[in-house]
Amino acid sequence: MKTLILKEIDDLIYGSLGIIVFISFFVGGVVAIQTALNIDNPLIPKYLVGFATRQSVILEFAPTFTSIIMAGKVGSYITSSIGTMRVTEQIDALEVMGINALNYLVFPKIIALMLYPFIIAIAMYLGIFGGWVAAVFGNYSTSAEFVQGIQVDFKDFHVIYAFTKTIIFAFILATIPAFYGFYMKGGALEVGKASTTSFVWTSVVIIIVNYIITQMMLG
Amino acid sequence: MIVVEDLHKSFGNVEILKGISTVFDKGKTNLIIGQSGSGKTVFLKSLLGLHTPDQGKIIYDGKVYSELNDDEKRNLRQEMGMVFQGSALFDSMNVEENVMFPLKMFTDKEYDEMKERVDFVLKRVNLKNAHTKYPAELSGGMQKRVAIARAIVNNPKYLFCDEPNSGLDPKTAILIDNLIQEITKEYNITTVINTHDMNSVMEIGEKIIFLKDGHKEWEGTNNEIFKTNNEAVTNFVYSSDLFKKVRQMYIEERD
Ligand SMILES: Nc1ncnc2c1ncn2[C@@H]1O[C@H](COP(=O)(O)OP(=O)(O)OP(=O)(O)O)[C@@H](O)[C@H]1O
Ligand SMILES: [Mg+2]
Repeated sequence: MKTLILKEIDDLIYGSLGIIVFISFFVGGVVAIQTALNIDNPLIPKYLVGFATRQSVILEFAPTFTSIIMAGKVGSYITSSIGTMRVTEQIDALEVMGINALNYLVFPKIIALMLYPFIIAIAMYLGIFGGWVAAVFGNYSTSAEFVQGIQVDFKDFHVIYAFTKTIIFAFILATIPAFYGFYMKGGALEVGKASTTSFVWTSVVIIIVNYIITQMMLG
Repeated sequence: MIVVEDLHKSFGNVEILKGISTVFDKGKTNLIIGQSGSGKTVFLKSLLGLHTPDQGKIIYDGKVYSELNDDEKRNLRQEMGMVFQGSALFDSMNVEENVMFPLKMFTDKEYDEMKERVDFVLKRVNLKNAHTKYPAELSGGMQKRVAIARAIVNNPKYLFCDEPNSGLDPKTAILIDNLIQEITKEYNITTVINTHDMNSVMEIGEKIIFLKDGHKEWEGTNNEIFKTNNEAVTNFVYSSDLFKKVRQMYIEERD
């Protein structure tokens, strides 16, 4: 079991770092630039660029946007790998041996994805860093103003809210795609279709759950 | 010994198995033959408990499968080995890990001891230098042999094979058949094999059950099958010219 979990951590978590680093850095940059371009009133303080970047990255871009990307990457990987095991009778082979295949395949993925908040923390950090780079090097605000913006009116509860979402999204990312893979029928073509359906439903559920949690925690 | 009593299985409202009763003896290669779609795989999977029968009993050496609790079922399954129609090797594991898997899951042997057993069964199926290869790197015949090795590694009392030699050349097919038969005798296993290969029927058909549309149409040995007058069986057996000639020879011999 231990080796299985480590393997899943390698596939699901470590394997996703690259794309997360890439996306969050640039998305953070875009958020900073757009906020800056929308401030044309001289009465609005410049530190707002940092403030807006921090808020959008921590509240939405890092936890939710990243999770939708992960529904495509990790989710379709989970569906297609379990689905392939189904159509090639590897799941039957497990069952015949007296192994609870659902447990055996899904449990390590859930455990591995409990490290998902670390990815999101990295995404938050890099998103804000990307915003800082864009703001400072694009001359939209000074470094000092941006850093002031990051610190202004900081609410711990927003971080708690973001990580609560993240943990629930991690659970959704492990279970819904696994469900679609495990209970699929047919052949290789259906594995492809199952991955697509799983991506759609995982995203839909993430977005709805996001709405509900937001209403409950912030509303 | 496995006793099957009046086994029924439907999917939706299509009845696939329509009441099959038979006995599979220990130490014998029991064959299930029949046309594609006659229900062989469904029958085998019902024996294994992968499909739950709608009606009827399957009795493993006195134990009625449907009356066992979950733990007892799991224990019984650990005494079964299965070779799937498509081998069903775990493609994330290499040959050695595949074969070692049942030992890892169900015994608390040390690595060295497991390794020794794995080497032994891999040698038994004539695969020596493939330990670190992955299933995708093996030929179909090699995959079948790994699947057999995995099925027998934990000394099963019951061995099930779904078309173990389909898609193999005739020579390899006979090697696999003989291998299964030898292992069956050597360890006194109750072996049930699905096939539509007449060579297997001739070679290792110690007991043959002919399925047609979910019924047991005929039952006998490989000697009897070439002499029977059952029309469905003769149509199936003599669909190839080669076997028409074989039948001719039998009849001439008899007269
Ligand atoms: N899971 C299932 N759900 C619904 N119908 C099924 C299922 N499995 C098999 N069937 C149907 O049961 C019938 C018998 O199928 P089965 O796979 O047992 O045939 P077979 O004798 O093994 O054929 P082959 O020699 O081609 O492997 C077929 O008509 C098939 O469509
Ligand atoms: Mg079949």
